[in-house]
Amino acid sequence: MGLIEGAAGQLNTVGYIVLMMIGFYAMTGKSNLVKKLVGMNIFQWSIILFVVSLSAKRDASIPIVLDGHGGGAAPVLDAAQYANPLPQVLMLTAIVVGVAITGVALALLLRIHRQFGTLEENELLERLDASSGS
Amino acid sequence: MNVHQSAVPILVVLAPLITSFLLPVVGWRFRPAVFPLTLTALALSCAAAFEAARRVARDGPLHYYLGGWAPPWGIEFRIDALGALMLLMITIITLLVGIYSKRSVLHEIPSKEVPFYSVFLLLVAGLIGLVSTADMFNAYVFLEITSLTSYALVSIGSGAAVVSAFRYVILGTVGAAFYLLAVGYLYGATGTLNMADLARLLPPLYESPAVLVGFAFLVIGMSIKMALFPMHTWLPGAYSHAPSAVSALIAATTTKAAAYLLIRVMFFVFEPRFSIEVIPVTTVLGWTGALAMVLGSVMALAQSDLKRMLAYSSVAQMGCIVLGIGLANAAGYTGALLHLVNHAFMKGGLFLVAGAIVYRTGLRRIHELRGLSRHMPVATFVFTVCAFAMIGIPPTGGFFSKLYLMLGAIEAGNWVFVAVIVLSSLLALAYLANVLRYLYFPRDEDGGEDEAAAIPIPPRRHTAPWTMLGPMIAVAAGILLLGLFNGEVVDRLVVPALPAGLDAREVAR
Repeated sequence: MGLIEGAAGQLNTVGYIVLMMIGFYAMTGKSNLVKKLVGMNIFQWSIILFVVSLSAKRDASIPIVLDGHGGGAAPVLDAAQYANPLPQVLMLTAIVVGVAITGVALALLLRIHRQFGTLEENELLERLDASSGS
Repeated sequence: MNVHQSAVPILVVLAPLITSFLLPVVGWRFRPAVFPLTLTALALSCAAAFEAARRVARDGPLHYYLGGWAPPWGIEFRIDALGALMLLMITIITLLVGIYSKRSVLHEIPSKEVPFYSVFLLLVAGLIGLVSTADMFNAYVFLEITSLTSYALVSIGSGAAVVSAFRYVILGTVGAAFYLLAVGYLYGATGTLNMADLARLLPPLYESPAVLVGFAFLVIGMSIKMALFPMHTWLPGAYSHAPSAVSALIAATTTKAAAYLLIRVMFFVFEPRFSIEVIPVTTVLGWTGALAMVLGSVMALAQSDLKRMLAYSSVAQMGCIVLGIGLANAAGYTGALLHLVNHAFMKGGLFLVAGAIVYRTGLRRIHELRGLSRHMPVATFVFTVCAFAMIGIPPTGGFFSKLYLMLGAIEAGNWVFVAVIVLSSLLALAYLANVLRYLYFPRDEDGGEDEAAAIPIPPRRHTAPWTMLGPMIAVAAGILLLGLFNGEVVDRLVVPALPAGLDAREVAR
């Protein structure tokens, strides 16, 4: 019982670990390189989702201050009323990094396919052995 | 808080960063300007690093607040003694490899020098940024810049290089993702990303599960990035298929940058007692390092391809550095830092020689190199110096780093580690002496005349050009200087970089 209740309180943690394991399975268990790449993406995104979930607060609003500009004296803010914007900003950068990595990986896959004519790992290994043996 | 700010930290990183984006524009119109521009940027960066090291030794750590935002809100660049040591190592090695790469790139990847140098400089900027920044998330971004550029540079190589690069992408990204997760946990626990601020806020939270989990993920992530033994599988393919200049550069710097980040977090963001007492990470790291030293050396012994052998030897030497970290005493830490610098020079030098051999003869297999010393005396000499350093023969720097590691192991009372250090040196002797035997002795052991098997040297490239020989000689000189002036190096660069929790008195020469 305690375990289930604990898990319900930490739903974000459970969620990211499940996603992460799915990604890990795709990276290690699948022989198609594109599927490995998809697995890698799921792995990354699970972590990004988790960090974004850290910024949530119960009964909090979006972190935009109304009348923040030019309204004379700055209003005194209660931080508990606003969601934390920083994790989202950080993860925006992490998403950009992730897109760049996906781009590089896709470019590599294109070259692998052009050079070896396959994206299946077992066929690729056979062709690599054949080319280095001759 | 009134901290003296200095613009030197940012100059070191800006020179290669800006030039890297300038190069495609310049190269599009006027290609001959690309190489001189690259060298200028690297030399500027190197000069700024020397200036930074001088000021750090005089006035203590340098600070620079990006955009004028004071920490903990803004991103801070901070160079202390450890950062200065890493900066010097990185900028010197990249400058040398930059000079060396001119002919090697023309030969191996003709007509691609504009993108090559652009990515090369971006890699250098990433490495420098990684060792200068004082912000955990900024460090993640720089870590990924170095990784992305390494993937691209490795994939330029021929044959199976693309496949190796893809494997590197998958494993490298998992490593970086673990680091990001660790940053998320630490941020969740403390609400700050600045390293000094974290160090201030963390101690009361050492028992908190979030901090423990975050720290564990961080150690795993960095272990993948630095190719610690069970996670090393990306390294041999990446190093052996990359173009020669790239092999030398990434073998000398990228794994070291990951090791730096591990040291920074373990001993500076956390107090040393955390990873020694609260969770016994240092014990685990020490034994993993020892395992890596033995198995890496054994696998190196089994290789017939020169660059692949050097790559497996890197796995063993990274194990050596990790063992030093795992000893968690002042002597072991000194040995680890010294070995980090020494290994950058000696492995860089060995890969430079391997590249020169490929450039001159096109040969990669060790048994084909029979009698090469007659054709390439300088390269053979440099190889010999680097090999001596790797084995740990006295006048070279490699001897002293192993000496400090040994002292650390004795101080810790761990005789197994002492035996492992000796064993790995003997194994290094075995695999390097095998190469030296082929290089120096033209005949087979059987006594059979093997003149027919002498290496066919292409007639047009009789000597390697000075742009290749110069850096190789400089690396060999660097290894000897690191050995001859070892006391100076330890006193002025390594001892100031000791973290507060480790006892500095015991490192007296």
